[in-house]
Amino acid sequence: MARIGVFICHCGHNIASAVAVEEVVKFARTLPDVVYSDHNLYSCSEEGLGSIKKSIEENKLDRVVVAACTPRTHEPLFRRLCEQAGINKYLFEFVNIREHCSWIHAKEPNAATEKAKKLVAMGVSKAALLEPQVESESGVIPTAVVIGGGLAGLTAAASLVAQDIDTHLIEMEGKLGGQLNDISILAPNFEKSADLLNKLVSELKKSERGHIHLGAKLVDVKGFVGNFEITVEEEGVQNKIPAGAIILATGTQEHQPEGEYGFRKAPGVVTQLEFERALQRGEVPKRVVFIQCVGSRQPGREYCSRICCNTSLKNALRVVEAGGTAAIIHRDIMSYGAAWEELYRQASERGVAFFRYSLEDKPRISAENKHILVEVFDDNLGEGVTLHTDLVVLATPLVSRDDSGDVSRMLKVPRDKNGFYLEAHVKLRPIEFATDGVFICGSARWPSSAREVMCQALAAAAKAAIPIKRGKVVTEAITAWSDPDKCAGCGNCVIACPYEAIEIVDQDGRKIAKVNETQCKGCGNCVAACPNDAMQQRGFTTRQLSAMIDALVKRALEESS
Amino acid sequence: MTSKVVVVGGGIAGIQAALDLGDMGYEVHLVERTPSIGGRMAQLDKTFPTNDCSLCILSPKMISCAGHENIKLHTYSEIESADGGFPKTRVRIREKARYVILSRCTGCGDCIAKCPVKVTFEFEEGLSKRKAVYLPFPQAVPRKVTIDAEHCRMITEGKCGVCKKVCQAGAIDYEQKDSFVDLEAGAVVIATGFDLADASALRQYGLGTCKDVITSLQLERILSAAGPTGGRLTRPSDDTEPKKLAFVQCVGSRDSRMFKYCSSVCCMYATKESILVREHVPDIESTIFYMDMRATGKGFQEFVLRAERSYGVRYIRSRPAEVQPASDGRGVLVTYDTGGGIGEQRTEKFDLLVLCPALVPSKGTSEIARILGVELDENGFIMTPDTRNPIDSTKKGVLVCGFAGEPMDIPDSVAQATGVAARVAELLQEAR
Repeated sequence: MARIGVFICHCGHNIASAVAVEEVVKFARTLPDVVYSDHNLYSCSEEGLGSIKKSIEENKLDRVVVAACTPRTHEPLFRRLCEQAGINKYLFEFVNIREHCSWIHAKEPNAATEKAKKLVAMGVSKAALLEPQVESESGVIPTAVVIGGGLAGLTAAASLVAQDIDTHLIEMEGKLGGQLNDISILAPNFEKSADLLNKLVSELKKSERGHIHLGAKLVDVKGFVGNFEITVEEEGVQNKIPAGAIILATGTQEHQPEGEYGFRKAPGVVTQLEFERALQRGEVPKRVVFIQCVGSRQPGREYCSRICCNTSLKNALRVVEAGGTAAIIHRDIMSYGAAWEELYRQASERGVAFFRYSLEDKPRISAENKHILVEVFDDNLGEGVTLHTDLVVLATPLVSRDDSGDVSRMLKVPRDKNGFYLEAHVKLRPIEFATDGVFICGSARWPSSAREVMCQALAAAAKAAIPIKRGKVVTEAITAWSDPDKCAGCGNCVIACPYEAIEIVDQDGRKIAKVNETQCKGCGNCVAACPNDAMQQRGFTTRQLSAMIDALVKRALEESS
Repeated sequence: MTSKVVVVGGGIAGIQAALDLGDMGYEVHLVERTPSIGGRMAQLDKTFPTNDCSLCILSPKMISCAGHENIKLHTYSEIESADGGFPKTRVRIREKARYVILSRCTGCGDCIAKCPVKVTFEFEEGLSKRKAVYLPFPQAVPRKVTIDAEHCRMITEGKCGVCKKVCQAGAIDYEQKDSFVDLEAGAVVIATGFDLADASALRQYGLGTCKDVITSLQLERILSAAGPTGGRLTRPSDDTEPKKLAFVQCVGSRDSRMFKYCSSVCCMYATKESILVREHVPDIESTIFYMDMRATGKGFQEFVLRAERSYGVRYIRSRPAEVQPASDGRGVLVTYDTGGGIGEQRTEKFDLLVLCPALVPSKGTSEIARILGVELDENGFIMTPDTRNPIDSTKKGVLVCGFAGEPMDIPDSVAQATGVAARVAELLQEAR
């Protein structure tokens, strides 16, 4: 027999003004297994907590029900109190009679009191069936793996080694730096990108903690937070790297125009990255026209790739600085923030010409002698303009890498509809995946400036360092488990699970679902998806939920009779 | 000994920095000037481009901060002084008297109900009144009341004392004094966020002279179910539902007479608000006057297209020249150039006009920069000149995240704030 204590809170007037608290206390005393019930002006005040603790000890309570406000803010407090009084914190049940009762029925005190009784009866019936749970801990391999040796990966790896963490940097190419190698000058400060690259590489190389793998192909990733195993192929040999956390920094690639504006048909039409390489070789044409949004912000690829306008502003200024002329044909200039807007201002002041076209009336290109003619209908002027130029630079968007699908499958991390990796929450968890222990930074998530890439890389390094520094991961106690006798191995739960925590395994010659409790977050999706009642969730078992419904029905019948 | 880190500013950037630093094992002191953490994000109704309820996603982080074993909250507090430097900066925090004993206050609100003094409510952007004893918003962390000494009759005149009488927890203390906390910080993080520029300074836009001109943050509060109108969208002049609404972008920003930079977030929040108003007034027509539609983040361009196609939002590339009250005082007349060649001038009537003012470094930014000895850039943001270390200020061990450094949206602020934790760890490792 359980020994349940029920504590009803007045919450000042918040609950007591609608609910007859003392009547609910009396009612609670009549419920099965309840050996004690009392009320507090504020259960959460020091006085309230002290009196509950004393009651637990004096009455040898083994389960506690508090009917008060919301578990969202107050459950941790009462769970801690239970622990202090020697009761497993999962033997605590919270009943919300404020948000769910007194506040919404403020003008119906009788009905509110009756509803509070029902809610308390339900809570008590569940509490009687609660079981103690343990939050298990598992160790963390004190090593991080960074996939991708461009600016994002290098910055993340440099940060990790500076934090004294063993770090393996996996780069598929023969040298580090990624796209930074193709760009000689970084906007908005016009610094040499080689200086930044050399600085990062030397920081990484001089640390004993840094392990660089060049020409290394990612083959497989197994495991979960704290305990991953990454298989990498180098010079035909496969090596396994154990790691506690993984950072994905695989970057992006430049979209290749699909024949627009005479690309690859006529000379003098190049992509922005090709132009960067030309500038690197010191080839600066006299006259350059940049066309923005080539292959983006139009049906088929609707997104804006964020960095292209600013890159064109930078390169137009370089042409002008070298004594040439430059024009940018755009739809909107995306120089967001302070530094980029300043770059736009500088470009305007230095004589870079700007023409605005619309999606319905794109610029047209033709050749004439040794010039290229660009005709554009400028929205600002309201008339057509013809520009003579030596070179046309097509600013195409950054797109997801061709191999990102493979990497996504290996790491079991999702991508968005454009193929970029999909973070756990676009607003508040930009660096994380729903899968613990795997983090994302740089343009593999979304096209970003060098500065943004570095900030994100630092963030990924922080997130990866946290479990490693703590040395342990605590797993959720409220997890799901599957009853092998009832499981038919249909796999519905595998599809429903957003955390890749369930797999179908062979057991005694048949297929059944198995939950990896380290990965399970206790969301309950699998329980709802299971057609055989095989999947159960700790703290929310079918038996416990049925008992709550029974208690509700019983009370409703008592009320009506 | 555990190193201490002081985080200045309890908005989303400061909260995230505190959480990640706390998770790394540092003893974090999160210092917030107002009575609750939450910052600007707590004032927003929803967030772009997913239209997530802002407080619903922020509140769990606020609660995590309060419950975190390594985070100490200093709300209604300011940095008094900072001496010495990395890695041992002596920081003095002034915890202002809130005339409430925090350990006793349960936030029940009985005192608020009985307080007779009504003053302008900052959190509601002046759209409603609060009492002299108040909670800034229902989800405040800590959920403890504060007595505004400037307006409390007991404190100013020695008469009243109602709150003390009704407080059953015995939490009111009219004699409370400011107190100080001194500590030695390994690193300091500036996350002081932004304010709205005073749009009434640009007289052509009519804020303060036309009743039906409001700011975008006021609209956020009006749209919020917990806001001053309970989520009912009406215009100030006659409390009726507006049917025709317009937004003006770049009010004071991208303007060499005021703030020359772009505030980064206005194009998107105006788009969001133009979608949200339709949930309040289904047949409302929205127009956005803009210069360049900067939809550069993930899902942003698609969001703009959705506003245009599914919600009929009209985007007009033009900077209105003049706003005047309509002749009957209801609604406004907006004069703008239609663009395209020798622009035709047009005057159109709108029921309600929403200004999107420049977002500027928050009021305390220059003061905190002075106390900590870091430089500001030409726009008044904390300067971060080192390309290799993009969140380092000009002083070693003083880091920056979020809007205090430059205009940016919430995900970028969150990423930077998390990045701060790594940079602090690097610096303190090096100092060992």
